Amino acid sequence: MAKVMGLTGKVMGLNGNAAVAYAMKQINPDVIAAYPITPQTDCVERFAEYVSEGLVNTQFVTVESEHSAMSACIGAAAAGGRVMTATAANGLALMWEMLYIASSMRLPIVMMVTNRALSGNINIHCDHSDTMGARDAGWIQLFSENAQEAYDNIIQAVKIAEDLEVRLPVMVTQDGFIISHAVEQVKVLDDDLVQEFVGAYKPAYPLLDVTHPVTYGPLDLFDYYFEHKRSQIEAIDNCFPVIRRVGEEFGKISGRKYDLLETYKLEDAEYVVVALGSTCGTAKEAVNLLREKGKKVGLLKIRCFRPFPKEEIIKALVPRRGVAVLDRSVSFGGFGGPVFTEIRSALCDAPARPFIIDFFYGLGGRDIYVEDIEKALLQIEDVVQKGQVDQYIGYLGLRE
Amino acid sequence: MTKPLEIRWHGRGGQGVVTASRILAEALLREGKYFQAFPEYGPERMGAPVKAYNRVSSTPINIHSGVTNPEIVVVVDPTLFGAVNVLEGLGNDGIIVANFPEPPAKLRELLGFTTGTVVTVDASSISREILGRVVVNTPMLGTLCRVFQEVRIDTVLEAVRSQFGEKLRPEVIEKNLTCLKRAHEEAQVG
Repeated sequence: MAKVMGLTGKVMGLNGNAAVAYAMKQINPDVIAAYPITPQTDCVERFAEYVSEGLVNTQFVTVESEHSAMSACIGAAAAGGRVMTATAANGLALMWEMLYIASSMRLPIVMMVTNRALSGNINIHCDHSDTMGARDAGWIQLFSENAQEAYDNIIQAVKIAEDLEVRLPVMVTQDGFIISHAVEQVKVLDDDLVQEFVGAYKPAYPLLDVTHPVTYGPLDLFDYYFEHKRSQIEAIDNCFPVIRRVGEEFGKISGRKYDLLETYKLEDAEYVVVALGSTCGTAKEAVNLLREKGKKVGLLKIRCFRPFPKEEIIKALVPRRGVAVLDRSVSFGGFGGPVFTEIRSALCDAPARPFIIDFFYGLGGRDIYVEDIEKALLQIEDVVQKGQVDQYIGYLGLRE
Repeated sequence: MTKPLEIRWHGRGGQGVVTASRILAEALLREGKYFQAFPEYGPERMGAPVKAYNRVSSTPINIHSGVTNPEIVVVVDPTLFGAVNVLEGLGNDGIIVANFPEPPAKLRELLGFTTGTVVTVDASSISREILGRVVVNTPMLGTLCRVFQEVRIDTVLEAVRSQFGEKLRPEVIEKNLTCLKRAHEEAQVG
């Protein structure tokens, strides 16, 4: 299967789940506690095979639910282990209270989330409701466009999470089925190089260091809880330099450099589509087709959604005339989806801000085509030419 | 930008069309092409109609939406012709590659497809004879190679060996390879 190519490593045909499982094998964490859930199952199954074949030294903890999976991860990480897990959809929802505990304890747990819609009705396909539901939980969130990025992001996530300036859990997402079950080229690094990149883990305040006793998660009432939350707010806000530095360092070993955002044909663009995840690939084709027709359009892809890179987003979007945001999840009763709300808020004080409209799309795995994204871009062009927004929130690919 | 070549596989749950699309992906990897292989997941039931897809290109593939207008449609089960519209989205110059016991002209008549290319092979009989049971995905990969120029048949044979290497006994793999080659030879293009 192997073929040597590029800076290092080899090219494999892997789906997103397999690419992440392969990265996890190369990282060889101390503990993985996980519960299978579609469409993540394939990832955890593959990792379990690596464990049974003796290819990793990981302690694999099989649990009876995702709540227990995250609880076990928290215990193992507090004890001083390098810890990873993976989940999706309702599994992530079941972890909800433990997500906050992981981030409050500043535990560098890395979790892959294969994005899937939340029930009901029961649906196993992709949308971003699961991770957007966890956006306020204090985790760093990195979105992946394809299997390659899922692989690359998982490796970087370990280094970001464990950096002493960060010490926070990181969630790496990939779109369920669209990426998790699609086999594509993935350039994998050599095992040694991955090990060298993530380095040996030096836990900061391990519970098992009995000569330096510490307490995790004690009672913290009106006396100091607020101050501790403030330090957590500052901790996640201060992560940007580390995420960027790790993205640059990863570029040096792989030839694939990462930043908080990715721009595509944005330099002279008047109309921009903003998206996350696999839709960004399809959006690139939509941009190409409209460029061929002479339209000045571009794409802004948000890789890092938490912390929200507002300065970079302002810089990328303020010179534009119109912005069409694509939201693959709903904030019921809110003013638009989560991405739209954040972007409008970030641009609120900009001196000459562009018109901004939102589109809900792709809920429950509804496909999004190149033509849908072209339509969104043409609609924002129309808004700009009319000089007014008639409808802030629209839909793509919805039957009326 | 060139549109990737797109292939749609039709089969029934359990007939291995997802595996076939993955074997083709591995062969394309070996040929240095860019590719995607992905299934259409719905309720997973043995015997129910299922689809899988491939995209193929000499440049990186960004698009991640479903395939709506394939250039090639592969039908691994002849009982599907009455059950699903295999022509959906296929252009006039499209190619149909089918497990069908009669010559292409008969299939054209059945489908009302007068243009493009039709390839037929009796893959069920070939595999029944060689393997002792009906396994249609490997012979249909061989049949596809008659009209699909992006990959050499030898590379597909290697990919089958590699994909089945850990799952099947060597003699069963060899029989699968024989099926693939026989179907490639016996396929009729018309």
